[in-house]
Amino acid sequence: MLTIRRDLVDAIVEHARKDHPDEACGVIAGPAGSDRPERFIPMLNAARSPTFYEFDSMDLLRLYREMDDNDEEPVVIYHSHTATEAYPSRTDIAYANEPGAHYVLVSTRDDDTHEFRSFRIVDGEVTEEEVQVIDGE
Amino acid sequence: MAVEVRIPTILRQYTGGAKTVEGTGDTLAALIDDLETRHPGLRDRLVENGSLRRFVNVYVNDEDVRFLGAEKATLSDGDCVTVLPAVAGGAPAAR
Repeated sequence: MLTIRRDLVDAIVEHARKDHPDEACGVIAGPAGSDRPERFIPMLNAARSPTFYEFDSMDLLRLYREMDDNDEEPVVIYHSHTATEAYPSRTDIAYANEPGAHYVLVSTRDDDTHEFRSFRIVDGEVTEEEVQVIDGE
Repeated sequence: MAVEVRIPTILRQYTGGAKTVEGTGDTLAALIDDLETRHPGLRDRLVENGSLRRFVNVYVNDEDVRFLGAEKATLSDGDCVTVLPAVAGGAPAAR
């Protein structure tokens, strides 16, 4: 199960809406081992594409250095699908390299509603999990 | 000549859980071959048909090796190599 604060859910959805129709992507880091998403880090989609996302390689290096220095890990890795459902694609599964992370997908295909779902992706296996949204900062 | 190599979580299964390992080699390809002798399986995750895999990022002293000659990038004693899998994906329509 993913337990996540409402303001972080809102921040992800807002980022996804802002970058629509391109895919938006980012990370929520949290203390290593805590499974608690805390620090919202929107990333640039270097692919700037409606059907693909990729963190810029230098941004990626800086992000991991920073998390390492703060003793954090990527608790949530999120991205949006802008014309399809919020479910991991074959590409998402093939490139999922953080078995400890919650892979959050947001679909922005509808203007007024969004799908917000979370998955574990381990060794090519996708498992959807419950999302518990909590209040408070 | 020794080079320090930082290994991402996903690949620590090949290094007995170690976050950093040491290796030698005057090019990235030679370093990877050297690492393979002690950490079998690692090379395959980094290299495909002799070239660096598209979705694995390797940095030498914080520079992306794609701009340094990729697997032919030259290394010197004391260099620090970082390996990070790309964070990437996309909608079903991709590819």
